[in-house]
Amino acid sequence: MSTNVMLCGVGGQGILFAAKVIACAAELSGYEVTTNELHGMAQRGGSVTAQVRFGSEVHSPLFGEGDADVLCGLEPVEGLRCAHWLRPGGHAAISLQRLIPVTVSTGRASYPSDLEERLLRSFSSPKLLDCAGMASKLGDLRLANTVMVGALSSWLGLPMSSWRGAFERIVKSGLVEKNIAAFLAGQEA
Amino acid sequence: MERRLLSGNEALAQGAWEGGVRVAFGYPGTPSTEILENLAKYGDVYCEWSPNEKVAMEAAAGASMGGARSLVTMKLVGLNVAADPLMTLSYIGVVGGMVIVVADDPGQYSSQTEQDTRHYARLAKVPVLEPANAVECLEFIKRGFELSEEYGCPVILRTTTCVSHSRFLCSLGERGIAKDANFERNPSRFCPLPIWGRKLRRDVEDRMVRQSQAADTSSLNKEYVRGTGLGIITASVCGLHCLDIFPEASVLKLGWSWPFPDQLLKDFASRMDRVVVIEEGDPILEEHVKSLGIPCVGKEVVPRCGELTPTVLRGVKARLEGKEPEVVAPVADAADLPGRPPMLCAGCPHRGIFYGLTKYDVVVTGDIGCYSLGVFPPLSRTDALLCMGGGFTLAHGLSQAGEKRPVVGIVGDSTFFHSGITGLLNMVYNRGKAVLIVVDNRTTAMTGHQEHPGTGRTLMGEATSEASIEAIASACGVKRIKVVNPYDLAAVDRVLKESLGAEEMTLVISRAPCVLKERRLLGEKPVVDESKCKRCKACLKLGCPALELKDSAGCPSVNSALCVGCGMCVQTCKFGAL
Repeated sequence: MSTNVMLCGVGGQGILFAAKVIACAAELSGYEVTTNELHGMAQRGGSVTAQVRFGSEVHSPLFGEGDADVLCGLEPVEGLRCAHWLRPGGHAAISLQRLIPVTVSTGRASYPSDLEERLLRSFSSPKLLDCAGMASKLGDLRLANTVMVGALSSWLGLPMSSWRGAFERIVKSGLVEKNIAAFLAGQEA
Repeated sequence: MERRLLSGNEALAQGAWEGGVRVAFGYPGTPSTEILENLAKYGDVYCEWSPNEKVAMEAAAGASMGGARSLVTMKLVGLNVAADPLMTLSYIGVVGGMVIVVADDPGQYSSQTEQDTRHYARLAKVPVLEPANAVECLEFIKRGFELSEEYGCPVILRTTTCVSHSRFLCSLGERGIAKDANFERNPSRFCPLPIWGRKLRRDVEDRMVRQSQAADTSSLNKEYVRGTGLGIITASVCGLHCLDIFPEASVLKLGWSWPFPDQLLKDFASRMDRVVVIEEGDPILEEHVKSLGIPCVGKEVVPRCGELTPTVLRGVKARLEGKEPEVVAPVADAADLPGRPPMLCAGCPHRGIFYGLTKYDVVVTGDIGCYSLGVFPPLSRTDALLCMGGGFTLAHGLSQAGEKRPVVGIVGDSTFFHSGITGLLNMVYNRGKAVLIVVDNRTTAMTGHQEHPGTGRTLMGEATSEASIEAIASACGVKRIKVVNPYDLAAVDRVLKESLGAEEMTLVISRAPCVLKERRLLGEKPVVDESKCKRCKACLKLGCPALELKDSAGCPSVNSALCVGCGMCVQTCKFGAL
């Protein structure tokens, strides 16, 4: 049995970073871990997803639609687009920071105005977060994805020592405490 | 032993290093790029970005003829470019082990085709190894060097996007001994003139028989015995998906998939009530299994196109059981969501050229790079796109065939060096007339900023001579060469107007560094003055992601988190509202 985490958002938002932190924390907790991510053209402002799996044994680096135990949307439209990846009874955290696609700005599509209602209909009791707002309060907008990782952490069952170890391994030493503060803010939200 | 979470590509670099690789060559291409980027970091392996895959293949061949272990990396379409040396190299063979890593892209996440590299292996008659994950990448590439030396021929190691970009925990080893080249003359082996080539040809056939027998018992092929009802014959990462999706089935996962391990296939099938072949891409394995007289199911239930993901394999399972596949559809509230295609970044210098071209009724032929994104609305200024370097040559052919509208051919700086120069030379030589543009952003941008002959730096980080596009064009005989700053929209328009009206061909070099590489502000970030904005939406014709229109009747606004202050939108506003 493995725990399946689905991350979705927009290229450039730091999805790969979030996946790396979760994978590293799982590794430090003694689990087998896999991640899968997209590179290249998809990263140029397009919709991007990544998957993390961990458990005592993991075969495939991919899980199927409807198999995610935890889903994280770094942008609300992208969270909704991937909602069907979550299994019944799974948990979701969605950042409410809206990124307007160029299809909307050029009048070829419209951005929904009733996003929160849609999210509440599509997920059972999702965590809806203002990750960007929380990050800028902590002094750095780039911490938004760390806030999100914190929000997910309560569903992943990994000890705090592993999260700390993950940040120590992944981010520059001067940024570890800032990231841990953002992580804790997300965890409490 | 230390374990580390490595991507398939990082594991290939580690495995090559442990396997005593002496030299490595390649051309960037998703999903293969990170192999050489990582290998270069070890510091004790000579690594280079070659201008194209043919050059890389030939350089590696030279090294391995001299007895050194060599690596060459490319994406699937790169092997088309490198196919010429590969075919002959198979006959000549190698002394030092040579592994050719080719990264296929089932699902076409970042490629123009979904071609199956195994066809090339059969054509060239060289073995194919197919690791399923990073752990096997690390192991298989080392085995690849050994097999290459044992049989005296290059070995193709085929990954896929999923294998290259998935991370697994890998055990790390020590650096292997890397021998220098010490070439021993042997013309009857290294010079395949017909008199010697005919013998080499027969040797290749003998070699394949021996390889097929060795593959029968090789530990690279793994059997997961879980029953005798359903037996799945598969390869690569598909085998891992199958372990999850078909928990009761036995799985024969081939890691050395060509030449086919005939006896192994027969033995496995004989123990199963029913056999299904599940392979990504073309039914190469399936057709062979059938040719051995083994009854099996294959592409009747397994899709030919696209990646075989766990979701797709659930559909395969349902079809095998005679059921309708259950579809997990997006939620109802996702039905009308706006699309989010990839696009040129905020402040991308290519935007200036494509925006300039929207003012003219011209046919634009492009090639492969970030600027391929110029095809999308609102710019919509690429009409045809074939392959690297093809922007110039398509334009030449179209214009020579009597196209009435002016034809504009576009290549990037890296693709100019890759294969654009010959097309340019051809146009001058054959008196063609078109406007050719190099969108020179001083890097190989799409794959993540690799160096090339025009950047003045090598993959190993050394300063080197900087090839001049102008000087090369001039040496080819181009008389009209214009360099333009793409952020200056008036200058772009002037250059395009003059060039489209000129009697002779023009080479325009649009030169400004990639903003993602520079990561700095280009100027002041504009703010929309709502009292001056006439809602004409002229600025939105740039298709800049930093210009957002939240309400179709309102004013656009600048997203300051994305804007880099390139100033193009300011130039498009006649009312001074930006």
